[in-house]
Formats: sequence, C-alpha cells, structure tokens
Amino acid sequence: MTLLAVDWLLIIEKLVLIAIIVFASLGIALYTTFAERKVAAVLQDRPGPNRAGPFGLLQPFADGLKLIMKEEIIPTNSNKALFVLGPGLAMTAALMTCSVIPWSSHIEIFDRKIDLQIADINIGILYIFGVVSMGVYGMMIGGWASNNKFSLMAALRGASQAISYELAMGLSLIAVLMLSGSLSLKTIVDGQMAAGSYWNIVYQPLGFIIFFVCALAECNRTPFDLPEAENELNFGYHQEYSSMKLGFYLFSEYINMIMSSAVMASLYFGGFDVPFLDESTLAPNIAAIIGVAALLTKIAIFIFVFMWIRWTVPRFRYDQLMNLGWKTMIPLALFNMLVTGALILLKAGV
Amino acid sequence: MQALTNRAQEVSRKPMTFMERLYIPGILKGMAITFSHIFKKQPTIRYPEQKREFSPVFRGLHVLNRDEEGRERCTACGLCAVACPAEAITMEAAEREVGQENLYREEKYAAKYEINMLRCIFCGLCEEACPKDAIYLSETFAPANFTRTGFIYGKDHLLIPNPVTEPEAYAAAKGQRN
Repeated sequence: MTLLAVDWLLIIEKLVLIAIIVFASLGIALYTTFAERKVAAVLQDRPGPNRAGPFGLLQPFADGLKLIMKEEIIPTNSNKALFVLGPGLAMTAALMTCSVIPWSSHIEIFDRKIDLQIADINIGILYIFGVVSMGVYGMMIGGWASNNKFSLMAALRGASQAISYELAMGLSLIAVLMLSGSLSLKTIVDGQMAAGSYWNIVYQPLGFIIFFVCALAECNRTPFDLPEAENELNFGYHQEYSSMKLGFYLFSEYINMIMSSAVMASLYFGGFDVPFLDESTLAPNIAAIIGVAALLTKIAIFIFVFMWIRWTVPRFRYDQLMNLGWKTMIPLALFNMLVTGALILLKAGV
Repeated sequence: MQALTNRAQEVSRKPMTFMERLYIPGILKGMAITFSHIFKKQPTIRYPEQKREFSPVFRGLHVLNRDEEGRERCTACGLCAVACPAEAITMEAAEREVGQENLYREEKYAAKYEINMLRCIFCGLCEEACPKDAIYLSETFAPANFTRTGFIYGKDHLLIPNPVTEPEAYAAAKGQRN
C-alpha cells in the first residue's frame, strides 16, 4: 500500500544532499575567513594567525566564539523588524545559490542513481541571478533599518553598484548561453565535458574577464568594496550591527564568494570536469568523487585569486566604479555578445 | 626650479588611454608584485618562543649591583634620583647596624629603593651618575603587568642575586656587562 504517489527516497536523498551542501559551504566559508587572513599575511611577508591550535587552524572557531559572546545591540531608533531581517536575508540569499550548482555527476548506491545537484532546473542560471539580486535587499534593508546616514549611504552605493554590474554580467553570460543553448547549469557543464569540446573559457576569454570583474563587484570584494569602505563610511551598511548579526553579514559575503566561484567554474571552466581525463571510463562513484574534488579545487583557486586581488588593488573611487561599469564593461560585453553571435552564425553557414 | 633629488617625476595630467581605463594590465602588474612576496622571507620574530638579541649597549631594566662578596653597593646617596630626568627613582636611607657588615658595603644603605618603570625613560643617566657602580641597566625590558602598582619595582625586583650563594643566577642577571 502506498500512502502517496511520492518517491519518498527522492525526498530523503535531496534533504540529505541539502544538509551536506549547506553545512559544507558553511564550513568552507569558516575556513575561507581563515584563508583570507593567511593569504593577506603571506602576501605582506607576515606569518598571520598562528596561535590558536596548530598553524592557527582553530582561529575561525575563536573568531566565531568571540562574535557570539559579544553584546547584541539593536539601536533604539532603528526599525527593529527590518534590522533583524537584514542579516537573515543576506545569509539566506547567499545559501540559496548553492541549490542549482552541479557538484558532480552522480553516485550509485544500491542501484539507485543519485544526482549530486540539489535541483537541476532548466532555468538554473536565471535562478542564480534572481537569488543574487535578492542579496542586495539584505544590504539595502540593513543599511536602511540602522537609521544611520553612513549605513544608508553605503547601502545606496551597494545597491547601485550591484545593479550596474549585474547588467554587464548578464550580457557576458548571454554569449555563454548562445554557445551552450541552455540555461541549465548541468547542461552547460555536460556540454563542456563532452568529448571533443573545450571549456567555455577557450571560446569566451573576454566574456570570462567581464564576468569575473562583475562577480567581484557583486560579492562586494576589493576593488569594488564601496558598500563597506571602512575609511570613508565607517564600515558601511553593517556599521550598527554587532554580535552574530554582524557575523551573518560577514559570513554571507564569504559564502557569496564561494558560490560565485562555483558558478564561474561551472560556466567557464568545465565545472567538475578534470582536463584530459575521460570520466565515462571510470566507475561512476569514483568519477563522482574525482569530480567533486576537481570542482572544489577550481573554487579554491578562484577564491585565492579573489583574495590575491583584494590584497593588491586599492578601492575604486565611486565615479571610477560607475564609469568602469557603464562605459567599459557594458560596451565590452555587448561587443563580446555580437562577435559570438556572428561567429556562431558563420559556423552554422547561414 | 632645480629639483632637490633626481628622483622627482613630472606629474602627468593627460587623459588615460583605453588600455589604462580597462585597469587590467595595471592590476596584473600589481598582482605579479604581490605574488612575488609569497616567496620573500618573513622578518617576523615569533616573540615568546623567539627573542630578539639585544646589543650589549642595550638599556633595559635596572639592576642594583652587589660587590664580589655579595654586599649591596648602594649607599643611598640619591645622586641617581637627582640625575633622573623622569623623576622615576625614590629611596630611603638607613644606617648599617653592627653585624650587618656582610650585607652592606658602606655604613649607609638603601632601606627602600623604588623605580617607577612607567615613568622611566631608560636613558641611563642614573647609571652614569652612580659613584659606587651600584646601578646599571641590563639587557631585558619590563614585562607586561595588569596594574600600575605592578610597575613600581622595589628592591626585591631590582637587586641582583648574591654572587656567593647563587653564582649562576648572578651571572645570568649580570649579562654581558662588566
């Protein structure tokens, strides 16, 4: 007797997958904060945190404990409901992105094929864009609810920056979509993995650079960290926040970094593909594990580059940021899109 | 106008070229520089485990010296207190009793001798003023403390170990000075 015509195993399988991915990305984000400090230190000829545990490996836990133990302050004249909603929204939006990223092919347990992707929706990349634009609300609401002019100014800056760069990001993405003919991330990755095809970076070097710069801007990373701008705006939109609410904001930034690295790896660097290796010859479980490792390696490299850029480049001035976004990135992205379209048409022989 | 050094550079106000406006070549150049720093040697000294070697002329914490028989050299003349520009030194004199000849070299000695390490500027003028070679500055510095009173060092902190009974501790405290 079946209670409902529902594949209960599928639900359990997806729940387990969601739990694993959410906790794994939280754990990775935890250690990304540590890596940030270590990378900063190494690039500046310093040893970095090395006191808590061996090589300072327990440092992120000490940081987290410190944040939790801090006094929780909600300013008297703030909009309390929105003030609490802000960091929650930022964190939710950051974590929601991970649901459409294909982490690897599939594993087989007891003859059951389990896809290592939470949801293979056919508009995957559009979904990511939607969720990422929701992240702006976290920033906006936080800055507005603080009732502080610096926070508000930072939030306005952040929102206008995010909107300007999303445009160029979308335009550079269209070229990729023209190549792959699908909005599903899984199909895009499979297209790059197929025998005889190269990674999208080979066809889209300019598109990748535009996408990468826009991803930096979307994650509010240096040189586009204007919403934070410590020395102009006293820490920006999360100035009034303390304790774990601040922790949520800072943490969501790192999760955003991981997710945008994963998206870039999937779109341009073949996702979980290992170069010069034919995965179909391996047993599916082994291939899946190798795939996850490959994707994580790519993500780690991207995160390192993000940090490397942060500790090299100073912040852009606001007018420079807007000029770069509207007068350089968007025309370049349009140009890239037109050239790609023309070449595809030429190749098709129309 | 004649430039003071040959390192002066003309300020260029010409508008940026397209390549410059892309910023990417400049950023890549900068990234190459920061990347090269990964392989540079770190100048850091990991303090509690490693300590920087001080030179023999380093002026650190004060030491009240004894003579080779272990008697205190200080006669509480007050010249160090007068010489001290930071007015960090205070003392109280006392007269030596009969039977204390093995403790104090002269007939007068310092019953109380205090240096406020928060006031002290470690200039070494007390060392120069002392006619009896009783005070000198060693090669260590004052460790951290939780209270201000903890930085007022009395005779129990300053007096060097007795060279007759504890020769090793004496040698360690004396350092490279002679």
